[in-house]
Amino acid sequence: MSMKKKTFLMTAVTFAVVIAAFIICQVLIENKLMSRALRGQLIPICCYIVMAVSLNLTVGISGELSLGHAGFMSIGAFSGIVLAAWLKARFPELSDLARLLMAIVCGGLFSGVAGVLIGVPVLRLRGDYLAIVTLAFGEIIRNILNLVYFSLEGATLHASFNQPVLPGKFVYNGPAGAQGVTKIATFEVGFALVLFTLLVVFNLVNSRSGRAIKAIRDNRIAAESVGINVTKYKMMAFVISAVLAGMAGALFGLNYSTLQASKFNVDASIQVLVFVVLGGLGSILGSVISATVLYVLPEMLREFAQYRMLIYAVILILVMVLGNNPTLRGIVNRVGESLRGKNRKGDKAA
Amino acid sequence: MVSFLSHLFNGISLGSVYAIIALGYSMVYGIAKMLNFAHGDVIMVGAYVCFSALQYWHLPPIVGVLISIVLCTVLGMLIERLAYKPLRQSTSLAVLITAIGVSYLLQNLALLIWGANNKVFTSIVPFDALRLFGGELVISGESIATVVCGVAIMIGLNAFVRRTKMGKSMRAVSEDKNAAELMGINVNRTISMTFAIGSALAAVAGVLLCSTYPTLTPTTGSMPGIKAFTAAVFGGIGSIPGAMLGGVLLGVIEILGKAYISTELGDALVFAVLIIVLLFKPSGLLGKPVREKV
Amino acid sequence: MKKLLALVLALAMTLGMASAVADGIKIATIGPLTGPYAIYGQNVANALLIAAEEVNALGGVQFEVLEAQDDQGDPTLAVNAYNALMDQGLQMLAGTVTSGACIAVGAEAFNDRVFCLTPSASNDLVTADKDNMFQICFTDSNQGRASAQYIATYGLATKVGVIYNNAIDYSMGIRNTFVAEAAELGLEVVAEATFSDDNAPDFSVQVDAMKQAGAELVFLPIYYTPAANILARAKAVEYAPIFFGVDGMDGILTMEGFDTSLAEGVMLLTPFSADSTEPRTAAFVAKYQELYNDIPNQFAADAYDAVYVLADLCTKAGVTAEDSYDAICEKLIAAITAEDFHYDGITGDMQWATDGTVNKLPQAVTIVDGAYKLN
Repeated sequence: MSMKKKTFLMTAVTFAVVIAAFIICQVLIENKLMSRALRGQLIPICCYIVMAVSLNLTVGISGELSLGHAGFMSIGAFSGIVLAAWLKARFPELSDLARLLMAIVCGGLFSGVAGVLIGVPVLRLRGDYLAIVTLAFGEIIRNILNLVYFSLEGATLHASFNQPVLPGKFVYNGPAGAQGVTKIATFEVGFALVLFTLLVVFNLVNSRSGRAIKAIRDNRIAAESVGINVTKYKMMAFVISAVLAGMAGALFGLNYSTLQASKFNVDASIQVLVFVVLGGLGSILGSVISATVLYVLPEMLREFAQYRMLIYAVILILVMVLGNNPTLRGIVNRVGESLRGKNRKGDKAA
Repeated sequence: MVSFLSHLFNGISLGSVYAIIALGYSMVYGIAKMLNFAHGDVIMVGAYVCFSALQYWHLPPIVGVLISIVLCTVLGMLIERLAYKPLRQSTSLAVLITAIGVSYLLQNLALLIWGANNKVFTSIVPFDALRLFGGELVISGESIATVVCGVAIMIGLNAFVRRTKMGKSMRAVSEDKNAAELMGINVNRTISMTFAIGSALAAVAGVLLCSTYPTLTPTTGSMPGIKAFTAAVFGGIGSIPGAMLGGVLLGVIEILGKAYISTELGDALVFAVLIIVLLFKPSGLLGKPVREKV
Repeated sequence: MKKLLALVLALAMTLGMASAVADGIKIATIGPLTGPYAIYGQNVANALLIAAEEVNALGGVQFEVLEAQDDQGDPTLAVNAYNALMDQGLQMLAGTVTSGACIAVGAEAFNDRVFCLTPSASNDLVTADKDNMFQICFTDSNQGRASAQYIATYGLATKVGVIYNNAIDYSMGIRNTFVAEAAELGLEVVAEATFSDDNAPDFSVQVDAMKQAGAELVFLPIYYTPAANILARAKAVEYAPIFFGVDGMDGILTMEGFDTSLAEGVMLLTPFSADSTEPRTAAFVAKYQELYNDIPNQFAADAYDAVYVLADLCTKAGVTAEDSYDAICEKLIAAITAEDFHYDGITGDMQWATDGTVNKLPQAVTIVDGAYKLN
């Protein structure tokens, strides 16, 4: 199998899995076979899939360790919420779906702008320094969101910074966050957003730009020496990742009646990073599956209440330690190779 | 003016706690080249152990501190042996995720052992506050103790790294692990020793942190841990005076930012300064620049 | 991979559809059982079990208490928890514990028509515009107003400072009405300082601000954990105003290791005091201590009352375990808002308005020698 064929196959399999999962869900919902608990998680799962896939673009494909991805999500969430509330007041004739889509686009836009502003300084750094600076930006975003206030007086939107006094009704009330949000997020739109994300990411990865991005990840100096514009391609991956995260954020924000910026702290960013790493760096399908499983897992472990985070921690350590154990790895690789027969060469290149 | 001085001293005191934590962080990073995210949680364990010694076993404070130091040292070495050592050849990302796992593990173990109820740590600092300007400016005994401890630890650690054999092998390992091994330095033992020292410092930091800010919860160490790491990067990771300087500066910026701009902005300011420093001096204030090899 | 996904879905479904045995009306609570607010959720969950057992032993209405669900105080997780409970056939909710989570769950429960009686979510938004939401605790605005009135009536101080948590609805709600009422009553608010859980535990800036402004009384509409830090800080810099707290301050004396001399003279409004000699309170506190080896706080007392109120309502409205949750909801709304309905519990004699808020008398206590003394 050629390399091209292999990536095409991977893309097709990923889309097939996602679409099949969607159809299964729809059938289960139609026939009232799905528990409420799981139904309630479908939208957040979509959001976290988009988060994981977009972070994978930064961490796995572009090779930049980011610890502030939740910051982009929060920008998307709150700009989306504010826009949706304003649209409802200003254009009451708009349908919920139209408002939701506009909010998602708006979330992506604002987050993308933040991505550019942050990317310019951040991408000059490397490795662990880059990690700590992205963490710092995530925290700064959260702190700034705690200082912003938006209110609606009729159809007029008021905003202020560090001054919690505004006319009308608060839409976004500083540290107390967004309140009284009308829930308009739907699973169908969530699914569409996942498809859109996959389309964007696969297109990028399999394009000329994608190969340039991967070349920079594998050896920056070599890539530079063959004339690849490092800043441009790194920026491209970073900003696209931010835009997608913002879109996921808007969907997430419009799924709850109240939401605070404190939800999007370092832990939230780390959670998404864990999805990406356990799903496999650079593997899009891996991100999709691990985001789904790892989001549902703590909810399924509800019975164990006190112990569930403990179990989660132990699983995390074991997976990392055993997964990186050379002996175990060797066994897995050998089994894999014998199953796949003579495709070894293609594997290495991928 | 008095209020400015008061904020300044509070900042230096807070910064000294960051500095002590940052010293441990910086050493571990310098030698093992890993972000030990669980370092903040070792602080929390140290504080809980000292709390238990004083509250349940009614031991004198100094014994409590010693028990806490010993237990944290063992804990640090154990974590290194079980979770980090198997990953020494892996990517830094794998180690980072493992460290996060260890951090969750410690927090949730603490929740199970000590329960969800917050504890209140009784200050172990025996001396009184210092009054200046006729009582206008009061500097608490805890602040003074923290600053004194911070400086003493920095000087001691610096001497240890420069003068002892173990200190020299630590520096050698941090320069070049493979070359150090070829020179007959036991790299595993050196790394283990680094974790031991870092964790012992974490215990001291935990006791001092909770003497000043008495409520103790399983997440007590998280934010100070992150801030301390920021301080270590700020000052130049791997540099002992750098960690001290970074910590103190960070504390002062945080408190002044809170006092004069907004209580919400203290942290943002800290991180903004970090970003600016890194952009103009990517290896931190006192760090050595790293040249990339082709 | 598809198999894996299907497996996960199937597993989640079977877990969600736990077998239902109809031996009582299914009630439950949602609250933070882990994380920084865990004490509140655990107190409510424990007291719920105690009260339900007592009610069942009386032989009248029978309750089946479903496992309390953890939300870590996070509104988004609270919605997941609520859905999990609905899968288990929840018929009425004695929750949720914290305000933010209660607002989020309230929106769902309002649409589903599930009756909610929250022991402790005191924010005004919890009950606003939702006819199915009722509170056992005071609303925040009531507490803020009552505090200002108490301070003014007894002439405790004229220069007042406020330190509040601007990240939680509870604290901001009380602060807003307190400041408004203080202005009405001629109290001068000389300083205000905020914090959020993000930038705690350093309170040096906030306490300094109070000291510099010369506040004679510092109003603390916050929970007791940060309050303990504030008291310690004030002592360290030798600042000794009157500290005046609200119900969230309850529990400060029972914190392990807390130097109660720090809280000497602190005043607070609370409907419940664990030291009370009132027989029902004493019996509840004794039972709680025996079972959970801990002194219950006001949240536990509120939850204890909530179960009795629900039992009373179910008897009055003739609710049975076979009724659907939406039918129960309508019956209970009618019963609780009936003019002659009131319940005399361990947190006071309560009556409910149609907007869901409770009417009961606040009590002010002062901490003297490490114990509450009724004023």
